[in-house]
Amino acid sequence: MNDDLMELYQEVIMEHNRNPRNYGVLANANRAAAGFNPLCGDKINLKLHIDSENKITAVMFEGSGCAISIASASLLTETLRGKTVAEAYTLFEQFHALLTGHPTEGIPLGKLAVFAGVNAFPTRVKCATLAWHTLKAALLNNNTTVSTETGHD
Amino acid sequence: MKTLTEADIARIRGEFPILNTSTVKGHPLVYLDNANTSQKPQCVIDALAHYYEQYNANVHRGLYELSELATAAYEGARLRAAQFLNANNECEIIFVKGTTEAINLVAQSYARPLLKAGDEVLITALEHHSNIVPWQLVCEQTGATLRVAPINLQGEVIAEEYEKCLSEKTKIVAMAHISNALGTVNPIANMIAKAHAVGAVTVIDGAQAAPHTPIDVSALNCDFYAFSSHKTYGPTGIGILYGKKALLEAMPPYQGGGEMIQSVTFEKTIYQGLPYKFEAGTQHIEGAIGLKVALDYITHIGFDAINHHEHELLLYATQLAHEHKLRIIGEAKEKASMLSFTLDNIHAHDAATILDHYGVAVRAGHHCAMPVMQFFQVPATLRASFAFYNTKAEIDILFHALGKVREIFK
Repeated sequence: MNDDLMELYQEVIMEHNRNPRNYGVLANANRAAAGFNPLCGDKINLKLHIDSENKITAVMFEGSGCAISIASASLLTETLRGKTVAEAYTLFEQFHALLTGHPTEGIPLGKLAVFAGVNAFPTRVKCATLAWHTLKAALLNNNTTVSTETGHD
Repeated sequence: MKTLTEADIARIRGEFPILNTSTVKGHPLVYLDNANTSQKPQCVIDALAHYYEQYNANVHRGLYELSELATAAYEGARLRAAQFLNANNECEIIFVKGTTEAINLVAQSYARPLLKAGDEVLITALEHHSNIVPWQLVCEQTGATLRVAPINLQGEVIAEEYEKCLSEKTKIVAMAHISNALGTVNPIANMIAKAHAVGAVTVIDGAQAAPHTPIDVSALNCDFYAFSSHKTYGPTGIGILYGKKALLEAMPPYQGGGEMIQSVTFEKTIYQGLPYKFEAGTQHIEGAIGLKVALDYITHIGFDAINHHEHELLLYATQLAHEHKLRIIGEAKEKASMLSFTLDNIHAHDAATILDHYGVAVRAGHHCAMPVMQFFQVPATLRASFAFYNTKAEIDILFHALGKVREIFK
């Protein structure tokens, strides 16, 4: 099989697609947003709980989509727990930079680094970033719906 | 009946440069996205270059030989389109950007002045967005109601339900000749007659039909018929709206500008007659010229031969789909040469990315027909759509690549 394809569909991504973490509705959420990609129909509902010190204590998601978008949402929920809101914004920027082929230094990306291979598939960048745009919407404008086709990439 | 031999197919494939020169990630191109847009034969490509190299000029304006040549070619294309559809008169042929613009033109110039609250526009549950949204817009503008004739699980419009939707309130019935998402061939002759019986005007979206089946607007007795050049082996950016002369004559212009006027003062403009009333501004001249050549090309191959070969491909692909346990979406008795399907629980976009790595181009997504996807409760499907230049060997490559998708997702 082609190397790019192996890189895209590597085991961590496939495993998170099969068994997404933190899947469901968060009962005590105080931030929420929905993300939608009208080009492919992918949908993500994301709910978070943020405590009085601006720390993310819990994240859960529900949705339907391709392996890349589901795995991305799943890894997002794992990565964000325990991070501050400021760190979440930084991670958003770093994740975006990684996918568009301009990786930057900052917070260690950990498992998120598995998405580096998406850079070779420009049509799939939106799949990987849908959950992250949804996160940003939840943090900025609670309870909104974002679309991948309204000025985000 | 004329059929295409393997030698014929090989010769035809030789006439499409992209099928011989293009490789995708080291694999020969297997182009199975013909319902999205078709590839172009060399004669069409040459016609465009020939126009720019030898007689590029604006039409209907210049009093010099070049413009006369361009005008003759442009109007020749109109005449050819009229013959292709068996229209009575070439003034019933309007050049538009494509099917979408044709439907919008009818919605805004025919329907909008006519419709009022209480009136109904009927479409079917098979339609793609370009035969839904223009009617939603005009219903919002006029207060008319949009109704939708339902389909069954095979993806066919339910005849009795369609009839129940028709009443004296129905002013317009708009429907696809062939569904783009499922391949269903609607029995439009019968559906048009039923619509006329209640006094409705019929608008047929022929985008998927024109490349596959002979169209006779006179025998169908439809009021409007639209198709796109780019799905019919011609250039992008041009299409045809056929309309009955009496209807077109009574309609106001769709756009204003040059070319569509007889005289202009600041007080009053007198419009041109048909078809120019609907062709404001400089038109897609080389597109019309290329479309004519494309229509000549497919007519020369012949729809009998095209149908026979494409049907063989559909049967072959359908049989393999059953053997490979794909879920086929759309199993109408009368079906054009496309196969919409899902593969286990694998998302269509993941599958399409992997297929691309084996050179196989298919459409993955909702096919601009979200309501159809909702009906079948799938977010998206894969769609392989076949043209007369495709081969069983290419379908074998598709299924080999689908096997690789399963390996990755096992």
